Amino acid sequence: MLRVENLTKRFHGLVAVNDLSFEINEGEILAIIGPNGAGKSTVFNLITGTIWPTSGHVIIDNKDITGFKPHNITREGISRTFQTTSLFDQLRVIDNLMIGYRWRTKIGFWNTLFHTKTWKDQQVEAYLRAMETAEFVGLADKAESFVSTLSQEEQKRLAIGIGLVSKPRILLLDEPTGGLIHEETDRITGFIRRIREQGTTVCVIEHKMRMIMGLVDRIVVLNYGKKIAEGSPEVVKKDQAVIEAYLGGEADA
Amino acid sequence: MLTKPIHTKIAYIVLLAAALLLPFFIPDRYMFQVVIMSIIFAISTSAMNLMTGFTGQLSLAHAGFFGIGAYGVANLTKAGISFWIALPISALIAAFVGLLLGLLTLRTKGPYFAIVTLCFGVILYITAGNWIEVTGGHNGIFGIPRPSPIPIPFIGAIEFWSQTAQWYLVLAFLLLTLFVLNRLVYSVFGLGMMACRNNDALAESVGINIFRTKLISFVLCNFIAAAAGGLYAATMGAVSPSAATYLLTFNFLIFMILGGMATLAGPVLGAFIIPIIMEALQFLGDYRLLFFGALLIAAIIYFPQGVYGGLRQLNQKVAAWRQS
Repeated sequence: MLRVENLTKRFHGLVAVNDLSFEINEGEILAIIGPNGAGKSTVFNLITGTIWPTSGHVIIDNKDITGFKPHNITREGISRTFQTTSLFDQLRVIDNLMIGYRWRTKIGFWNTLFHTKTWKDQQVEAYLRAMETAEFVGLADKAESFVSTLSQEEQKRLAIGIGLVSKPRILLLDEPTGGLIHEETDRITGFIRRIREQGTTVCVIEHKMRMIMGLVDRIVVLNYGKKIAEGSPEVVKKDQAVIEAYLGGEADA
Repeated sequence: MLTKPIHTKIAYIVLLAAALLLPFFIPDRYMFQVVIMSIIFAISTSAMNLMTGFTGQLSLAHAGFFGIGAYGVANLTKAGISFWIALPISALIAAFVGLLLGLLTLRTKGPYFAIVTLCFGVILYITAGNWIEVTGGHNGIFGIPRPSPIPIPFIGAIEFWSQTAQWYLVLAFLLLTLFVLNRLVYSVFGLGMMACRNNDALAESVGINIFRTKLISFVLCNFIAAAAGGLYAATMGAVSPSAATYLLTFNFLIFMILGGMATLAGPVLGAFIIPIIMEALQFLGDYRLLFFGALLIAAIIYFPQGVYGGLRQLNQKVAAWRQS
C-alpha cells in the first residue's frame, strides 16, 4: 500500500537514511527497529513530509507523494504520532480529538460564520467521531478534562487517538510505549492489536524487543540509515547482521 | 458544548443592561468620550486577540491597520461618500493589505513574526506622518463628517450628532464583533486556530493547513481593526498619525494581556478598566507610567490570565459554593 523507494536523506554530509526501500502492506503491523540513531524517526519524518528526502520516493497506491506538505500527506490517509508525546496541551481531550478530525470535514471560515447546515451537521459529526474515538482509547469519561490532568499513559493513548480519529488508512507510531512501565506497555500493545482489527494498517517504531516480537507481522531493521534485514520476527531474530548490530544480547532478550 | 452556569449568564445580562443604560448615568461629556473610545479600543483589541490570543501569532502592526481604517474613512467621507459605504471599503482595503503582508510574513513565526509586523507598523506610522496628500501629514485630517443618518420609515432618521447615539453605534459594532468572534472561536474552526497556537508541528501533522489558518485569522483581525479605526475617525471627527502609531499597538497589547488573553471578555474588560485606572492616576502626572509599569509586571506574575482569569477563579468559587 505504502512504498518507500531508494529513500536517501543527507544532513550536511551525515547520511541519516541511505537508499532505503521497503513496503507497508495493507492490514499488517510492521515494525521498524534499530539501534539509537539508526534513522528510524527520520524515516517517519520523510514519509509524512516533515522533512523532504535528498533523493528517492514515497508512494501510496501508485501516487507519488514525495515533497507534499505534511497536512496534504495526512489527507492521503497517513497519520502519525511523535516520539515525544505531542498533544495540544492547552486544550481538553475532546478538543484534541476534534482537531484531528477537522480535515475530514468541510468546516471553513464562511460556513462557521453563517452557521450553515453543512457546518451544523459536520460539527455534530466531528463531535460524535471524537467521542467514539475517546471511547476507543478509553478516555470517554475524561473527554472534558484538560490534557494536563492525564497520566503519562493516558496522554500516549490520546496521542494515538488524535492520529486515529480521522480514520487513517495507515497509522505510523513512533515509540508508542517509550517511558512506560511493563503493565502499561502491555495495555498499549493490546490497543495496537485492536487498531489493526479495526482495519487500520500500523507501522511502529520500537525499542522493546519482547513487545515487538509478539505483536508484529514483519520487521524492517535499520542500522546507520541502511536496511540490514527484513522479514518475520522469527527470521529477523536469527539474522546474523541484526545480532551484531545489537551486540548480540538484546535481540533475544 | 459547554453551557454556562446561571450566575455567569446573569452577570452578562447585567453588564449588557448597564451598557444600554449608561448614557443616562454618565456624569460629563469628557467621561462619555472616554467610554466611547474604550468601546472602539475594545473592538480593536478583540481583533488583536483573535490573531495573538487564539491563533498565537503576535502581530505588532495592529495600530497601523487601525490607522488604515481611520484614514480610509476620513478621506472617503470627506469626498462625500456615505460612512456606511466608506467603512466597509476601508476595512476591505486593510484586509487586502493584511493579506499581502500575511502572505509574505506568515512564513516566519514567533518573535520573527512579531518583529516583521512591528517594522511594518512603524512604516505605516511614518507613512501617516509624511504622505501629506492623503493623510494631511502630522496635522492629520479635521472635519470628518459624522456617520450618515440611517433613515427609518415613518419615524425619521437616526442621527449621530449626539454622544448617546454614537455610544449605541459603537456598542452595536462591539456586540457584532463579539458575536462573529464567538462563532468562529468556539467551533471546530476555532480549534484549528488554537491548534496552531498550541503545537504547530502536530497541527500540521493532523491535516491542518497552518499557513492558511493563520492567514485567515490575520486578514480578519486587520479587517476588524480597520473597522474600529473607521469608527474612531467618524466619532472623533479628526485623525492624526497618533491613530496609527506603534504606541497604540502596545496599548492594545496591554489591554489584551491585562484583560485576559484568548478569552472573548478579556480584551473588552481590559479596554475599559485600564483607561479608567489611567484617568484615576492623572494626579500622579508622568509618574503614573512608573506606577502602571509596576502594575503590569505584578499582573503578569500573579494574574497571567488577566482580569478575566481572576474573575473566572472567583466564578469557580461561586460555582463550588452553589454546589455545596
